[in-house]
Amino acid sequence: MMTTFAPSALSGYLIVSGILLTIGLIGFFVRRNLIVMFLCTELMFQSAAIAFVAVGRYYFDYSGQVMVIFILTVAAAEAALALALVVLLHRQNNTLDAETIVELKE
Amino acid sequence: MTEMISILSSLMATPSVPTSEVLHTVNMSWAGFIVWMPLVSLVLCGICAACKVKSKAPAIITVICLGTSFLLTLMLWNGYTQPETILLFDWLQIHWDGGSFVANFALYVDSLTLLWMLFVTGLGTLIAVYASEYMEHDVGKGYTRFFAGVSVFLFAMTCLVMGDNLLMLYLGWEGVGFASYWLIGYFYQKPSAVAAAKKAFIVNRIGDVGLALAIYLIWSTFGTVQYDEITTVLNSKTYDASFGGWTVHAIPYLLMLAAFGKSAQLPLYVWLPDAMEGPTPVSALIHAATMVTAGVYLIIRTYPLFMLDDYALPTVAWVGGLTALLAATIGMAQYDIKRIMAYSTISQLGYMFLGLGVVTSYGAAYHVFTHAFFKAVLFLTCGAIMHGFAGQLDLRRLSGLRKMKGWKIVSYTMLVGCLCLAGFPFTSGYFSKDAILAEAFVTQGPGFEVLGWLAIFTAGLTAYYTFRVWFRVCAGPVYFEPGDELHGEDPSSFHPHAPRFAINFVLVVIALGALLAALPYFVPNETENIHGGWIAEMVHDSPARAGVPGVIVDGGQAEAHGTINYEIGHGDILGMDPHKAMYYISAIVGFIGIGFALFFHLYCRSAADKLRGKLLASRATRWLPTAMEHKWYVDEIYIATIRSPLWILGKLFSLFDRYFIDVALVNGIAGLPRAFARWFSPLHNGAIQSYAISMLGGAFLITLLMLFMPEIVEFLQSLSEQTASTEQVLATMGGGK
Repeated sequence: MMTTFAPSALSGYLIVSGILLTIGLIGFFVRRNLIVMFLCTELMFQSAAIAFVAVGRYYFDYSGQVMVIFILTVAAAEAALALALVVLLHRQNNTLDAETIVELKE
Repeated sequence: MTEMISILSSLMATPSVPTSEVLHTVNMSWAGFIVWMPLVSLVLCGICAACKVKSKAPAIITVICLGTSFLLTLMLWNGYTQPETILLFDWLQIHWDGGSFVANFALYVDSLTLLWMLFVTGLGTLIAVYASEYMEHDVGKGYTRFFAGVSVFLFAMTCLVMGDNLLMLYLGWEGVGFASYWLIGYFYQKPSAVAAAKKAFIVNRIGDVGLALAIYLIWSTFGTVQYDEITTVLNSKTYDASFGGWTVHAIPYLLMLAAFGKSAQLPLYVWLPDAMEGPTPVSALIHAATMVTAGVYLIIRTYPLFMLDDYALPTVAWVGGLTALLAATIGMAQYDIKRIMAYSTISQLGYMFLGLGVVTSYGAAYHVFTHAFFKAVLFLTCGAIMHGFAGQLDLRRLSGLRKMKGWKIVSYTMLVGCLCLAGFPFTSGYFSKDAILAEAFVTQGPGFEVLGWLAIFTAGLTAYYTFRVWFRVCAGPVYFEPGDELHGEDPSSFHPHAPRFAINFVLVVIALGALLAALPYFVPNETENIHGGWIAEMVHDSPARAGVPGVIVDGGQAEAHGTINYEIGHGDILGMDPHKAMYYISAIVGFIGIGFALFFHLYCRSAADKLRGKLLASRATRWLPTAMEHKWYVDEIYIATIRSPLWILGKLFSLFDRYFIDVALVNGIAGLPRAFARWFSPLHNGAIQSYAISMLGGAFLITLLMLFMPEIVEFLQSLSEQTASTEQVLATMGGGK
């Protein structure tokens, strides 16, 4: 009943996860729009989730899946907060350009 | 040093000095009200100030309180039989093994105290009456402040004179200095008055250091600061060279410094002329009649201590004589009549110190007494003139006052003062000055004869400058220009305000006093052998009895001190008895001085200007009038040699403080963390993506480290194992419970 995962299959999942993470990172660094940057962070979340599920399945350890549930919950809450912040920032500054929001400087 | 300590300890160890016969516990505490009444007046003036009283009430209060003091002094004098100590309350009493420091708030009443108190409280009351009219333009403004200041002064002065120990004298000494500062700076909106007040205070401070040190040395040498006990200790010791070590030689010079500061002698006299910035009643009371004689009083009080050093009294004599001459030459060339009187005060104080130096405490005390009256009247007339002519004090701009309506009393009381000051025959100044001048020839000491001739020359100068003022201001054709304190009046239609009742009354009373001050000379002496009249009797009961004519100082003292021969009657002047010869000499010198003044300043006023012009025109003599008019440049010399170096030093310290302490040390250390932080602050640029990059870089670095330095991984593993094991231990411990 338990079918093991071939290491090659695992590496496929991990490669997908890595690609998603890279896309997220590059997007986060390159784009200036706060919403897009936010979407990129979500992308990185999901890459981590895929890696968790895959590795958990590989070791027959369910804590990987548990972690994914946590990640989804946190991501949902964080998405709500982050979007609210984005809206407020837009109201205040009339822009969503990350370069102009440098009030923390020094 | 060890020597001093051994002497100290031996003195400490001596059984408590037997309190002398003068220490009676007579119940005379009512005499304390002589001291308390001025204080009461001060408190009442303070209440007046708090209630913003806009009347002459403060003056009335002050006059009544000071008058009470004077009446009590009269009562005390009337009932006086012998020296007494009147304890008011215990003040400082510190006892320890083998020593003690006792300074009670007690009055020591001997005849010398009474002599001083009589003119201090008497003149204080009269001058307060005078000031009630003189200061009336300030009613509701500074009036209360003025009378409060006068009350403080009288309180301090009574403490100074009546205290039974040196510490109480010190209290009064500082108190009169403070009152003097308060009242010189009365017109505090005038920068020159503020500067003068500061100058007086600071110069006096130099002398006060001397007094403080002297009191300490007296206590450490004699084990007490009470006058009667000091006298007892002195009498119980033989005057051999080892007595007291170096301290007894230092004490008189320190006391001298104090006296020269307070009594405006060389080199500390410079504050007194500037003190004329204060209201004239203050100049008359504090800076002529009473406070400046505190130095003379101090030396008379501690006269036996001055006999312990061979050169102490000659130093006093020379300083006094030279000050008298210097101040007289400056006074000759001034144009401001109040300033002339100030220099005259310095000069007359010089005479008093000369008298002390040539061992005639009697002459000094007599001159203090007569000078208090005639100088007070001179200052008060100057004040009346200043008051009436809107602050005019220039003797070239006033003339013929005695012919003006309402100015007769001022003119003739001023004449009385001038006659006394000039030593006109049979006036009070004539007798008191002669007592000093003659003694300079009687007592044999280093250069005393030269000093005597100098003093006679100075007497001539005194007569000249005194009558220069009177002939210029009161005689001659009627002419006046108002001064600059017009209070909105038109200078062209200016009318002098003649003094009214209060001022005239006081002038007449004090002028009469100045004339009558000659009478004590003729009072027959009750005490055996002594002569010199009432003043001699008054000084005879005091520690300074060595300086009373007729008193033979015991051989022990004279033997040990070779520089002054105390035996009376040795000297002579031009082959005659000095006391008799001086009557003629000083009268002649006085007449010559008055004659010069008569010619230059009444009959031929242009001659004075011509003479001055001639002196100025000639290259060889130009320095003389220039230097005299500029007060021999003493102030300038002090500024160049003392003030400027101190100022530069102060500036240097200030720069050191500002640039080394503040900038380098304090701000430098505080700046270090900031400079350090500046290297890292660019990291905090506020841009999200730069933070993200540094985070990524950090993660990348950690990964690299973990890949290429497995030790780190092992270390982290060992850490986690340790944590796990401690958790286990904790868990078992928890379970064991």
